[in-house]
Amino acid sequence: MTTTTTTPSRWKRFRNSYLVYSFKRDWIAQCCLAIFLCLLLGAICAPWLAPMNPYDLTQISILDSELPPMWIDGADPLFPLGTDAQGRDLLSTILYGARVSLIIGFGAVILQAVIGVTVGLLAGYLGGRIDAFLMRLADIQLSFSTLMVAIIVGAVIKAIFGGATYSAYAVWLLVLIIGLAEWPQYARTVRASVLAERSKEYVDAARVMGYRDRRIMFRHILPNTLSPIFVISTVQIANAIISEAALSFLGLGMPETQPSLGSLIKSGFDYLQSGSWWITLIPGTVLVVLVLVVNLLGDWLRDVMNPRLYKG
Amino acid sequence: MNAVATQASPATPTSSATDSLLEIRGLYKHFPLAEGFLEQLRFEKGRLVRRNDSVHAINGVDLAVRRGEALCVVGESGCGKSTVARLVMGLLSPSAGEIRYDGHRIDDLRGKRLLPYRQRMQMIFQNPYASLNPRMTIQQTLEEPLRFHHPEWTTPQIHDKVAEVMASVGIDPEWGKRFGHEFSGGQRQRIAIARALAVDPEFIVADEPISALDVSIQAQVLNLLMDAQAERHLTYLFITHDLAVVEHFGTRVAVMYLGTVCELADTRSLFARPRHPYTQALLSAIPRLEDNRPEHVRLSGEVPTPVHLPSGCVFHGRCPHVTERCRQEVPQLIATDDGNRVACHGVEEGRL
Repeated sequence: MTTTTTTPSRWKRFRNSYLVYSFKRDWIAQCCLAIFLCLLLGAICAPWLAPMNPYDLTQISILDSELPPMWIDGADPLFPLGTDAQGRDLLSTILYGARVSLIIGFGAVILQAVIGVTVGLLAGYLGGRIDAFLMRLADIQLSFSTLMVAIIVGAVIKAIFGGATYSAYAVWLLVLIIGLAEWPQYARTVRASVLAERSKEYVDAARVMGYRDRRIMFRHILPNTLSPIFVISTVQIANAIISEAALSFLGLGMPETQPSLGSLIKSGFDYLQSGSWWITLIPGTVLVVLVLVVNLLGDWLRDVMNPRLYKG
Repeated sequence: MNAVATQASPATPTSSATDSLLEIRGLYKHFPLAEGFLEQLRFEKGRLVRRNDSVHAINGVDLAVRRGEALCVVGESGCGKSTVARLVMGLLSPSAGEIRYDGHRIDDLRGKRLLPYRQRMQMIFQNPYASLNPRMTIQQTLEEPLRFHHPEWTTPQIHDKVAEVMASVGIDPEWGKRFGHEFSGGQRQRIAIARALAVDPEFIVADEPISALDVSIQAQVLNLLMDAQAERHLTYLFITHDLAVVEHFGTRVAVMYLGTVCELADTRSLFARPRHPYTQALLSAIPRLEDNRPEHVRLSGEVPTPVHLPSGCVFHGRCPHVTERCRQEVPQLIATDDGNRVACHGVEEGRL
């Protein structure tokens, strides 16, 4: 009974919220959301939208390699954005690659958020030695750059399990590596807001009621720290996509056979000087647009939710 | 005048375990100023020394709250009255001393073992704008303690109880779907009172529950608290700095100064005949319409810092009746001839 009465009011509250109000008045946010949703939809529906499957070797012919996009002479109308060095349709590969990039971006951010929020809550709420230990751990983690950690871990795993195993689990390994490398961003932000919330009287009231620490942390404090978490999530998704692209570009990310946007850029890089610029530039543009719209959405969200919050 | 030191040992309160619900004995609470080792290091006279100063918030408080009474704790800000409330509720742990509830020591209990007492003693907070979780509806706020303390109750039972407790504080049960920020300060404080009453406590610690409210609302909330006391046979530990409220509400009054209780008396006799020089100064500061009484007692100086406590009586620096003994010896709470207790050498010696 309660759910039927609260659901419409929640939707109504959302529609009347300042979030929606400012969204309606911000054309940049609207454009960004539209572009982001197009890319997201294209990536999700890649198997149905793409003219061919770049993972299926039987559909690829080396004779089609390095065909230019359709607005240049010598193009094949079958391949609207041209083909890469192996004869894969670039449009299809970009759609599939965006899918890989987005999976890694979202997956890594979810992992970061789970670790970071838990650590931040524990550190901020329990305080004392636990706080000092966890935050020094975060400092140590932050002092290694993401790329360095990823390169070392990726190289070690490749060396131990071999290239074939690495290729099979590359997506999840990248999620793990990027997720583990960037959790302190969340931990610090969450800890800061937990420290502010912990001193409020509703937390004292909950303690006086005798609730256990876990309940107070997750049911009472966490919901009140959600807005900064949302804001850094958008920034971190963009960061994770960039990290994945950088790793793939260095040859430590997605293998050539299941390219992400980053490994597509890399595969075309060798042909940039020989005139086949589209293999690098078109996926590069898609990557830039994707990261830009996510970042702009994050900036907008930050301004709406908390103008004083420093960018995560 | 004619004070008699009948009993000079405050460590054994006169009230027996049966008629006092809460007993505080020799309570101390220090807050260290510097937590970390590096923060404690100081460079003094060319040498590196480690100093660990602390704020002496509570310095040997003995109190007993009798069943069914409203014990008011008054004092100026920073005298430690809120700290006493938080220590009693287990939000802070004492540096020394013990707190007994119904004869059982509770200050060293943790977690599950404290849970039965959580239901029997509840707290009302000062700031109704901060004491309700902004992300929870009123219904959720009130249901959560019931579901937590009575897991065996069915949902209709819980809804009935929430509706009953909301009605009893004058909040329409229909408003349960709303959030805290949709209410005024007085309504929020009523909701906070409802939350405390939901688990059917017998003892309520109220930490300045009306000082954040509009004057017109203060009386309503105060009357609500008094009605609840009559209906539910509640015992209050009521922290306030408003002497008018004390006169209206309190059965007994404890006056605190710099972390110590300087006078503990029945409300009527305290207002009629304050014994401690600090209480006299405090009461003379109340503006009265029929002000034909003698001059205000003007205190000189400031309240000393609780970091470096004065020797002897904490009030000696500002007391008009100070003697050498006051500067040396800490006065104990002694019983006076009218059954009240006061911590003053002057009263003990019969010169006040």
